[in-house]
Amino acid sequence: MATLARLQARSSTVGNQYYFRNSVVDPFRKKENDAAVKIQSWFRGCQVRAYIRHLNRIVTIIQKWWRSFLGRKQYQLTVQIQRRWRGYRVRKYLFNYYYLKEYLKVVSETNDAIRKALEEFAEMKEREEKKANLEREEKKRDYQARKMHYLLSTKQIPGIYNSPFRKEPDPWELQLQKAKPLTHRRPKVKQKDSTSLTDWLACTSTRSFPRSEILPPINRKQCQGPFRDITEVLEQRYRPLEPTLRVAEPIDELKLAREELRREEWLQNVNDNMFLPFSSYHKNEKYIPSMHLSSKYGPVSCKEQFRSENPKKWICDKDFQTILPSFELFSKYGKLYSKAGQIV
Amino acid sequence: MSQRQVLQVFEQYQKARTQFVQMVAELATRPQNIETLQNAGEPGARTRVASRALSPRRLRPAALPVELLGSRSVGTGVRKSIHSFQRVFGGQAERVKLPDACGRCALSLFPSSLHTGVMSLLRTLLLDVVPTIQQTAALALGRLANYNDDLAEAVVKCDILPQLVYSLAEQNRFYKKAAAFVLRAVGKHSPQLAQAIVDCGALDTLVICLEDFDPGVKEAAAWALRYIARHNAELSQAVVDAGAVPLLVLCIQEPEIALKRIAASALSDIAKHSPELAQTVVDAGAVAHLAQMILNPDAKLKHQILSALSQVSKHSVDLAEMVVEAEIFPVVLTCLKDKDEYVKKNASTLIREIAKHTPELSQLVVNAGGVAAVIDCIGSCKGNTRLPGIMMLGYVAAHSENLAMAVIISKGVPQLSVCLSEEPEDHIKAAAAWALGQIGRHTPEHARAVAVTNTLPVLLSLYMSTESSEDLQVKSKKAIKNILQKCTYLPALEPFLYDAPPNILKHVVGQFSKVLPHDSKARRLFVTSGGLKKVQEIKAEPGSLLQEYINSINSCYPEEIVRYYSPGYSDTLLQRVDSYQPLNN
Repeated sequence: MATLARLQARSSTVGNQYYFRNSVVDPFRKKENDAAVKIQSWFRGCQVRAYIRHLNRIVTIIQKWWRSFLGRKQYQLTVQIQRRWRGYRVRKYLFNYYYLKEYLKVVSETNDAIRKALEEFAEMKEREEKKANLEREEKKRDYQARKMHYLLSTKQIPGIYNSPFRKEPDPWELQLQKAKPLTHRRPKVKQKDSTSLTDWLACTSTRSFPRSEILPPINRKQCQGPFRDITEVLEQRYRPLEPTLRVAEPIDELKLAREELRREEWLQNVNDNMFLPFSSYHKNEKYIPSMHLSSKYGPVSCKEQFRSENPKKWICDKDFQTILPSFELFSKYGKLYSKAGQIV
Repeated sequence: MSQRQVLQVFEQYQKARTQFVQMVAELATRPQNIETLQNAGEPGARTRVASRALSPRRLRPAALPVELLGSRSVGTGVRKSIHSFQRVFGGQAERVKLPDACGRCALSLFPSSLHTGVMSLLRTLLLDVVPTIQQTAALALGRLANYNDDLAEAVVKCDILPQLVYSLAEQNRFYKKAAAFVLRAVGKHSPQLAQAIVDCGALDTLVICLEDFDPGVKEAAAWALRYIARHNAELSQAVVDAGAVPLLVLCIQEPEIALKRIAASALSDIAKHSPELAQTVVDAGAVAHLAQMILNPDAKLKHQILSALSQVSKHSVDLAEMVVEAEIFPVVLTCLKDKDEYVKKNASTLIREIAKHTPELSQLVVNAGGVAAVIDCIGSCKGNTRLPGIMMLGYVAAHSENLAMAVIISKGVPQLSVCLSEEPEDHIKAAAAWALGQIGRHTPEHARAVAVTNTLPVLLSLYMSTESSEDLQVKSKKAIKNILQKCTYLPALEPFLYDAPPNILKHVVGQFSKVLPHDSKARRLFVTSGGLKKVQEIKAEPGSLLQEYINSINSCYPEEIVRYYSPGYSDTLLQRVDSYQPLNN
């Protein structure tokens, strides 16, 4: 009852209160509604997004697999093409295998050629050296033999290298036989060319054609005309010189003969220097001339007796020399060219 | 009469001087006299000589020089000549007996800050009136200075050089020869002495001597210039600045062989220091003349010419090309067959210097057949003469694989392996190892060609041996590594499994792992030769490269075989037998 009474007391205000409360809440209601709507919409959006993301992932996986499958197929095709292209390129442009082989072959051939050439060169050098060595040895041996030529065996006495107990002589013996003995080196005297008569005559004639040892042909047609026999003519033309006695002997033959005689005498000399008297032995001795020589009255000489000399009248100081010997007539006997003056 | 006596005194003096100087010159040819000559005439000569303990016996001091004379008959001549000279010059007969007093008086008459004995005496004789004495004095000085560098320094310190240079310009050819000889003897010992010669202006006079008519003078001057230019680049530059190079080129064309030799060696010594100097030599037109003279039969001349050409060509590609353009190939190859060792060595040096610059030049050498000639030359020499040839092969092979193949087909590899095993010296072995590495590193073909000749075990032993020098070890290791990385020739690799150190073993096993998966015959061979067993025994850390290789090898074989060959398999089998319970007891 009490509550009823209370309620009745408040009944008039309840309606106002109810109305007031509702009206007051109205703007809030709208706000809250909007808020709730917002929250719900956002949450739904999240849900949907998550779903979409999930879907996306799955789609990506599928696409990935599909694309890889496609790519693998493509890959094989492209690799084949690329493989072929690369091989071609390398072979043609970068590394020509066959060219390399050729080159190496050429190189090895060149090497062989060079090796052969060098070997030949070395051999040649060795041969030359050996030859030079041999020649040197030869020369040395020859020189030795020439120095030892006196060891050569004579008819009576066998030499060192030709011992009678040997079957055959030592090779040195033969070498010694071949060797010419060494001579002392004399100063080389320049030899004046001795011009002999024949040389002079042969070269002076300008019209002389060369002497040939060939005889003229046997069957020779006689030339028509007043010609002499060709053989006679040639004989006459090329008769060898027969100089006269006067011409053949040299002008100073006397002097030459004297020289020769002196040379022969010189050979017999023991020493070139004249044997001098023991000068010191006789140094202090005064020379005592003989009586015949010491007097001014000497023996009568023929020259002074019969002929007096007058030196002031002489043309020159020296005595006359005999240049030309006499008796030229005798040398002409029987050798004249023409038969005119012949003795029958 | 008194006039004659006066003249006689002068004559005696001249005779004594002549005799002295001739004796000194003659004695200076033998080294044992030079010490005595050095000390003769000094005031403290006696005591100095006594301290040298030439004779072990104790003697009265006054008799010591006489004792000296007795012990060395040659020293007698020295003393006598010096005594007679001093006697006459001293002009007083009484003082003859005491050598030291004479020495004192002689020295007092020659004031010089350094009493270097015979040096000071010869110095004054250089200015003598008589030309013969001057020349002989210069000759004696030259011989003394030639002997060792102390004497050469003494020559410089006694101010002899300016006198020489001054009188060089105006004297006759004998004096010029002797003076150039002195300059050469002084300049050869050290750069400082050569610098001293340059400082006193000798270069210009020497160059003037090069223009002289007499070939002996030219030779002496060229020799002096050569020894000066030999030491370093600055001195060479000084020689070049004095204008020596064109004259030297003219000297080369002279008919005398000795002059040609010296001129060629001078050009060689000038060109060796730097590319600019070599360019100067080439600009003077030397290369054409040098190339013509290669055919000369004289061995020493050839040696010098080849040395000159190699010094020119070593600096740069352009110079090498210029040398090649002078048409030295194939004439140079005939020099490789010469009898003389030095000619062979220099010829192979020249070819090496040309081939090392570019592949084109190496190609040129190969096309001319140079490789075969060099290989034959290596075969016919021993020792250091082989070294340039070996290096040449290495350089050629290093440029490209075609050239390396050319070296291989010229039968270079057997020759190199012979060198490697035969030679006692380490540096030659190192060069051979390097050359083999260069040949074998290009492709499996090349590596196979090297491996077939059984050089790899030799290389390995050189690498492992403790006696080899460090250089040799490093080079052989590199060579092994380079060859192994390309080697697919398995029979050569197998011995390596057994005795190689781990760092090399890694490469070997790696190569096996590359080859075995593709070749069944090789797999069979690998098993039957015990290689698989060895591989199982190798302990490797899991995860390392070696373990991976081992795994890849093991995967080539069925599991039973791998298990069969694994170590301790017999033990596991026995264990299984032990633990096996027979079914029916």
